[in-house]
Amino acid sequence: MQVTMNVNGESITRDVEPRKLLVHFIREDVELRGTHWGCDTSNCGACTLWVDGEAVKSCTVLAAQADGHDVRTVEGMETAAGLDPVQQGFIECHGLQCGFCTPGMMMTARWLLDHNPHPSEEEIREAISGQICRCTGYKNIVEAIQWAADHPATSEVNA
Amino acid sequence: MTAVEEVPISPAGNPIGFGNMKRVEDQRFVRGQGNYVDDVNLPGMLHGAILRSPFAHAKINGIDTSAAEALPGVVAVLTGAALEAIPRPSLLGDNFAWMPTLSYDTQAVLATDKVRFQGQEVAFVIATDRYIAKDALELIEVDYEPLEPVMDAKRAMDADAPIIRDDKGQTDNSITDVHGDKTWESGNAIGTAEAIAAAEADPDCVVVTQEIMYPRVHPSPMETCASVAQMDKVTGQLTLWTTSQAPHAHRTVYAMVAGLPEHKIRVISPDVGGGFGNKVGVYPGYVLSILGTIVTGKPVKWVEDRNENLVSTSFARDYHMTGKIAATKEGKILAVDVDVLADHGAFNGVAQPTNYPAGFFHIFSGSYDYPNAHCKVTPVYTNKAPGGVAYACSFRITEAVYLIERMVDMLAAELEMDPAELRLKNLLRPEQFPYTSPTGWVYDSGQYELTMREAMRIAGYDELRKEQAEKRARGEYMGIGISFFTEGVGAGPRKDMDILGLGMADGIELRVHPTGKAVLRLSVQSQGQGHETSYAQIVAHELGIAPEDIEVVHGDTDQTPFGLGTYGSRSTPVSGAAAAVVSRKVKDKARLVAAAALECSPDDLEWELGRWKVKGDPERGKTIQEIALLSHGSLELPEGVEGHLEAMTVYNPPNLTYPYGCYICVVDVDPGTGQVKVRRFIAVDDCGTRINPMIVEGQVHGGLADGIGMALMELIAFDEDGNCLGGSFMDYLLPTAMECPDYELGETVTPSPHHPIGAKGVGESATVGSPPAVVNAVVDAISPFGVRHADMPLTPANVWRAIQGRPVRVDLAVE
Amino acid sequence: MQTPAPTDYVRATSVANAIALLEEHGEEARILAGGHSLLPMMKLRIARPEMLIDINDLDELRGIRVEGDELVLGAMVTHREVLESPILSEHYAIFREAEKVIADPLVRNRGTVGGSMCQADPSEDLSAVGSALHGTVVIRNSSGTRTVPLREFHEGPYETKVGPAEMLTEVRFPIRPGSGSAYEKVERRVGDWAVCSAGVFVTVKDGVVADCGIGLTAVSAEHFCAPAAEAFLIGKAPSEENLRAAAKMAGDASDPSSDQRGPADYKKHLAEELTFRALTRAASASQGA
Repeated sequence: MQVTMNVNGESITRDVEPRKLLVHFIREDVELRGTHWGCDTSNCGACTLWVDGEAVKSCTVLAAQADGHDVRTVEGMETAAGLDPVQQGFIECHGLQCGFCTPGMMMTARWLLDHNPHPSEEEIREAISGQICRCTGYKNIVEAIQWAADHPATSEVNA
Repeated sequence: MTAVEEVPISPAGNPIGFGNMKRVEDQRFVRGQGNYVDDVNLPGMLHGAILRSPFAHAKINGIDTSAAEALPGVVAVLTGAALEAIPRPSLLGDNFAWMPTLSYDTQAVLATDKVRFQGQEVAFVIATDRYIAKDALELIEVDYEPLEPVMDAKRAMDADAPIIRDDKGQTDNSITDVHGDKTWESGNAIGTAEAIAAAEADPDCVVVTQEIMYPRVHPSPMETCASVAQMDKVTGQLTLWTTSQAPHAHRTVYAMVAGLPEHKIRVISPDVGGGFGNKVGVYPGYVLSILGTIVTGKPVKWVEDRNENLVSTSFARDYHMTGKIAATKEGKILAVDVDVLADHGAFNGVAQPTNYPAGFFHIFSGSYDYPNAHCKVTPVYTNKAPGGVAYACSFRITEAVYLIERMVDMLAAELEMDPAELRLKNLLRPEQFPYTSPTGWVYDSGQYELTMREAMRIAGYDELRKEQAEKRARGEYMGIGISFFTEGVGAGPRKDMDILGLGMADGIELRVHPTGKAVLRLSVQSQGQGHETSYAQIVAHELGIAPEDIEVVHGDTDQTPFGLGTYGSRSTPVSGAAAAVVSRKVKDKARLVAAAALECSPDDLEWELGRWKVKGDPERGKTIQEIALLSHGSLELPEGVEGHLEAMTVYNPPNLTYPYGCYICVVDVDPGTGQVKVRRFIAVDDCGTRINPMIVEGQVHGGLADGIGMALMELIAFDEDGNCLGGSFMDYLLPTAMECPDYELGETVTPSPHHPIGAKGVGESATVGSPPAVVNAVVDAISPFGVRHADMPLTPANVWRAIQGRPVRVDLAVE
Repeated sequence: MQTPAPTDYVRATSVANAIALLEEHGEEARILAGGHSLLPMMKLRIARPEMLIDINDLDELRGIRVEGDELVLGAMVTHREVLESPILSEHYAIFREAEKVIADPLVRNRGTVGGSMCQADPSEDLSAVGSALHGTVVIRNSSGTRTVPLREFHEGPYETKVGPAEMLTEVRFPIRPGSGSAYEKVERRVGDWAVCSAGVFVTVKDGVVADCGIGLTAVSAEHFCAPAAEAFLIGKAPSEENLRAAAKMAGDASDPSSDQRGPADYKKHLAEELTFRALTRAASASQGA
């Protein structure tokens, strides 16, 4: 079947099997490999991206379900104005080590801040509770998100 | 963040030397531009998938792959029989169905006669598409004849236990190591036995005995293991992109195993999404992807599922330990003895230096001053996956530290003494260093009491004990757990330490370009540790070149010198030392060039960061950048001095380094449900010189989460039929941000006297030190119920059972 | 990563169309709502439907509203909508308390009430909520609709009264002014299935329990509830002694199995302990209301 979706602002049309998972579609058919996968049972959240503005686990969505919808991935976070404050926050606060869970964490962080611009530490921890990191122990991820909340403008971003 | 020394700042805002520097690698990771193995896509690339055994122990009477081969899109299907038919032109084994392990045992690449663990590799499908490859697996028919499995290490040596390694002609399930031994001992057996016997007979002494299990757990990096193999038939060049913590070692293993010419093998570890020891070994999947590219002539990618990762790749721990600790009633430790039954799974695949079949477990005597210690480790086969040395264990130091720190806490309980006080009575003193332990380790340096008191200060230890007493009076249960650990890392001196005959000394190359920028080529392999940043800082510290002007290259055997890779926290102690040494070689060479340019003697020059200057005439000098250009130019150089500005070195460490620390964990336990909440986690580490404190702290944070995970929820258990009960993240539970508190870190700095920059390494410290802190805290919390020990994981059910006084084998299915 | 077996896919244009598609494709068709129960099973190849009928376009199945003396949730209401609904939280605290411990925020963005109810996992938290509140579901087929009480909805693990060519369209709960409610869950880690959960409502009037509902999940309580415990408590004062006795009866109504989450007697103990804690809080809330 053919699917058409808007990915990071660009209309994409591809032929897929109905069973194709959205995470595989994005990585292989759209060749955006910043979205990762790390488990088989919808537990790890490395595959997190946005569908229609909601953070979802793309390993548990079919590409067919996203047909006609809006998809945003980590590749769409940086704009001409620079890195998203979330991205900058992760750099500032050492919120990543191996980088594998990072795109998913950042997509959830941006979604959280869009709905709750000044979250408490507890709210941040709860927002990322569906995602696993094996490197950071989460403390610096929380601080990175707090940094982004405290620095909403990107005027002082380093390239 | 920790306080840092005054270091000059570069134009890009980076410290020229040690300090908090934002990571270079983050630029690509935050943009989703990391390059992991599953991101590698080559024209014509095929996809491999492995059919795995559903049985833990079964004969294979036949395999029918015809339906799978007929599925459109399937290019080839390999079985053990097919691999047996390919003779191997090498010293190690007869054919390709078997391969050597890192412990000189053999492991099946694809099963031939039998399967020996649930999840073992049975067939390999190669197809045009990942989905088709998985479809094909379902079409392969295997005629299994199930056999009784051995799922309990304690049963493995029973006279009537089924024999697992009949392929080797074994008549029992004992493991014979490469030295021909079935057990491994260290320390003073007679002295320890006598000391313990004397203490048992002495009314002024106590002896505490306890069976302690460190259950099977799994490193579970977020990225599973994977490889893309491409054989170029024309050039004979094999390129392998793979998730490897040790690309050079892997290359040599493939050369030895496959009989391929080593100079024609290129192993590339691109970005690796976490290793933690899971990516040290060579897995059948990698070998199959190599065979696949040879058979098909196309690149073959193999990426494992999470289930495959959990059930078949290197597990960690699985040690059944019986500890005995003898002490005076005043609290002076006299002796410690440990007997270990080690469950190695179906193939002996532990990864540690050849002379150390039980790894560095014999550092179990710990951080305390007493003369008598002895351990005996007996490894056995079971019908489980192979592995054992993994998950940041520092070669079994996790097991050793857990053992001693639990025993010390139990001793404190027996003596009705505060566990902090008991430790302070026994910690090694600064003047005792370098300290030779009863099992032969030479600890390099330490100020143990200083570190412990700092942890107690940050924790507010006395206030916590007061709070605990008040809460107990109200029927609320909080616990305080201390762990004091000494690690031995940075393997290691090549005369003592080799893996598969490869000495653990690492090479490094530094080249300064004509314009004064530099490139450093490492043998070690980052899986998130930030080498591209911290190694630039080491060179900056030595030479005064700005870190942004230093490129760090790693991960490609064609581009880097030989070395044994990153695990066991060895990068900073070995390769970090090498970086300092090679920088000093460049600095010394630079001095000679500067002297030639300034027409003076090299002895007339003195160094200030980035510049050789004339003593007494500081206006005259040459910067490193000027010297770089001069060394590439037409300046006449003295006799014996070659041009260019580069050096290489192979660093052979004189000893391990011994980072250490004191951790304090505070928990609240709900006895009605058994739930444990980690309220606080204080960690004071001493890893000597801190190259990048921000990175050091990040390493500690990650390890503390590991401790929470292992202590409270992580477990690979099996039922009696051989089913693995930890084969997905629904069952193998990892801590999330909700289970981890906001860690409170501190530091003391006691440099290593033998390391060129005094750094000891820290990558595994927190994984080593944290589990006993959490377990000690939980046991402390529920000790009013008469509990003196409970095995990990302390799930709500297990805590509740401990409170009820019901012992439980955590590693077997629940009755 | 595990991948589903081959399947086909169609989008329903209306509830009637979805039912017609179910009739057309028979037993091999499955409704695809949030997909967070079905797709994981398909990836494990435990579920192998040949046709997926995607109902995500059906706005008629969305929305939370008050209708007379009932709360009405469309089948496609997501877990997150339940968690954040001011309408639901105004009437019962149990919805927010339960949803906070169901799965994780990302899964809650997609998983639906209808999907979870129809999946009928023996550890489903919403099943305990539904039984506690004596909720009902509306099931529709080509002949019309019928209402089934949630305490009669389950036929066994993963089996409900929804037939092959039928769809659950709504879940309904009676509104109970003056009641208090609470949810208690023990899990090994956030996002895990319950070791045991208890969800209750209590209405205290004139110092006596006028009405109550006790729901239990993960402990094989028949129809996810403890009616004998409820009957015991009604008409009695909500004293600690009476609440403990009722909780003990809730434990007796459980018949859990031992597994890696814990031994049977521990789970039975939890059924009792968590029911007691939930009843205590619910009764207190009712008296404070």
